[in-house]
Amino acid sequence: MREPLFHISKRTEIALVKAWLIRIAAIALALVLCAIVTFALTGLNPLRVFATLVDGAIGTARRRWSLLQGTAILLCISLAVTPAFKMRFWNTGAEGQVLAGAMATATCMLFLGNRLPSPVLFPIMFVCAVIAGSVWGVIPALFKAKWNTNETLFTLMMNYIAMQIINYFVYQWAVPKGSGQIGIINGDTKAGWLPAIFGQSYLCNILIVVVITIFIFIYLRFSKHGYEIAVVGESENTARYIGINVKRVIIRTMLLSGAICGICGLLIVSGTDHTVTRDSAGGQGFTAIMVSWLAKFDPIVMIFVSMLIIFLQKGAIEISTQFGLNKSFSEILTGIIIFFIIGCEFFINYQIHFNHSRKEAKA
Amino acid sequence: MITFLQRAVIMGIPLLFGSTGETITEKSGHLNLGIPGVMYMGGICAVIGAFFYENAVGPENIVPFLAILIPLACALLGSLLMGLVYSFFTVTLRANQNVTGLALTTFGVGFGNFFGGSLIKLADADVPSINLTATSSVFKTKLPYDALLNAMSAANAPSWLTAFVRGFCDLFLSYSFLAYAAIIIAFATAYILKRTRVGLHLRAVGENPGTADAAGINVGRYKYVSTCLGSMIAGLGGLYYIMDYAFGVWSNNGFGDRGWLAIALVIFTVWKPNVGIIGSFLFGGLLIIHNYIPGLGVADQELIKALPYVVTVIVLIFVSAREKKESLPPQSLGLSYFREER
Repeated sequence: MREPLFHISKRTEIALVKAWLIRIAAIALALVLCAIVTFALTGLNPLRVFATLVDGAIGTARRRWSLLQGTAILLCISLAVTPAFKMRFWNTGAEGQVLAGAMATATCMLFLGNRLPSPVLFPIMFVCAVIAGSVWGVIPALFKAKWNTNETLFTLMMNYIAMQIINYFVYQWAVPKGSGQIGIINGDTKAGWLPAIFGQSYLCNILIVVVITIFIFIYLRFSKHGYEIAVVGESENTARYIGINVKRVIIRTMLLSGAICGICGLLIVSGTDHTVTRDSAGGQGFTAIMVSWLAKFDPIVMIFVSMLIIFLQKGAIEISTQFGLNKSFSEILTGIIIFFIIGCEFFINYQIHFNHSRKEAKA
Repeated sequence: MITFLQRAVIMGIPLLFGSTGETITEKSGHLNLGIPGVMYMGGICAVIGAFFYENAVGPENIVPFLAILIPLACALLGSLLMGLVYSFFTVTLRANQNVTGLALTTFGVGFGNFFGGSLIKLADADVPSINLTATSSVFKTKLPYDALLNAMSAANAPSWLTAFVRGFCDLFLSYSFLAYAAIIIAFATAYILKRTRVGLHLRAVGENPGTADAAGINVGRYKYVSTCLGSMIAGLGGLYYIMDYAFGVWSNNGFGDRGWLAIALVIFTVWKPNVGIIGSFLFGGLLIIHNYIPGLGVADQELIKALPYVVTVIVLIFVSAREKKESLPPQSLGLSYFREER
């Protein structure tokens, strides 16, 4: 009988240290491969390239703030999709939900911006962004709960509907008319802009995301809702058996998920870009899905994962400007690293046994 | 009207390639969200191949046979590699399909834009932009029915007849060989899925891999082959787009979100590639219909462009509400299979 070379079994548990060693090894391998790819494409000394990468990410104070800001936004979206993912509801529509929030914020800034005092304006913007995001998120959830409609595909389509709606309003309200873009909103009065704290315009964003991180951490770990989400994710039948209303949990969780995406839209429009386009979310809704999953739905780990990704992106953009390459270079590097992290999960979850014992016995 | 239909078909063909490929993959239970990246990869690999070939011999003296073969082989190879990466991660390593797919899309789109933007610098070529008109014109070779029309008017055929023949030829015979290949592939796929043993096995794997495994079907091999084959077909969509639709001129992000539309089309056609032929032309039409509605503002055009997605959502809801067995997604779509976990 032919004996397979090895067989695979599921690990029951793995020491935390070992798991992290595997992950770190994977990232190290990925960086080596990145270095090889960079060398093959540019012929430059890989070490110099890495120095440029680090410099591009944290070289100056401005870059450090920009790194933190980017991390905050990506982290915020990752946190938003996490409750849904934990429930095994594949919300691929974060992009659209962020855009819905962004559009709502921009609308408030355009039409109420110079008419209302800030203490009134900000709550209205906040409420509108939250409502817009959660409405966009809850539509697929309603159909999932009612007819078990495939949510991955539904939420995916909602992204593009959101983008086209934004395009519609961008053309409709273009400044100047016919230019096809809204431009900086309230650039002169800064009405509806999140205020700079200690002279740092990004600090407000970062603080809001810190609050959201703590909230999600507590919500998932210690609240009854969090427990229900975990049970539904593990087994819908068990959840039903112990008397959890699965449909209600699905709808409630997507309302929350969409709401946080909406807040993120507010941070992007009111706190960062001060304008809205169909690329306001910039594909981060998709990156966030990977971040959340790579972090094993743990909000604290998510901070590091999103920082790693933004670090690479900022660094790779610096590499591409310095060496005259296209800035999509960063996407290639990000792709490679994500592949390695995805791949290493296998070695954490499964064990490979080589079948050499039989051979030894024969010899 | 005939121009509109003709444009709709040309717009639809890349989607048809993409959705046929994705259907094959999804039938094996794998939701490959990397299709946009795969299609980008197909496009850029064709561009790289054609670019080096044209630069090596000069655009004037390319051999038509090689001009088609090289980009074709490059596109197939590039998308095959993407398919292999996806299936290695999701089948062998049992990684999450959504995450792997999205990573593949990030990588593929980045790869495409990077090489599209930097190919000239990397290759130290002495050209201002990537412009493969010579290769493209070979790809766009169509049937020489103009000769027939000329002969007809020379022979004083009645003018209505000439007009009719011209319309017929424009509508049905005016496309390049890849367009017909797309339709043939779609029909063949529909036939194989529905009428052959291989197709039956493939569907069994997608519905319930445990049962298929018990019946002696090599689940892993079916998953691998269907994913790789699906990727290669989708890659042809990128090739068609760049060589035929875009006249061999690469522009970054020019391909847009057609990859996602291809995935939408799979749902729209309820996993039937032969329905996909009509569906892709319909989507193609929806994509350009705003150019043909008189008195439409720029803003309104943008709303019209959302139509394909809205239609897809409606079909998705309708299909799930009706719960008809044949039109539901494959049952184990999106789930990894591990024999020992049954």
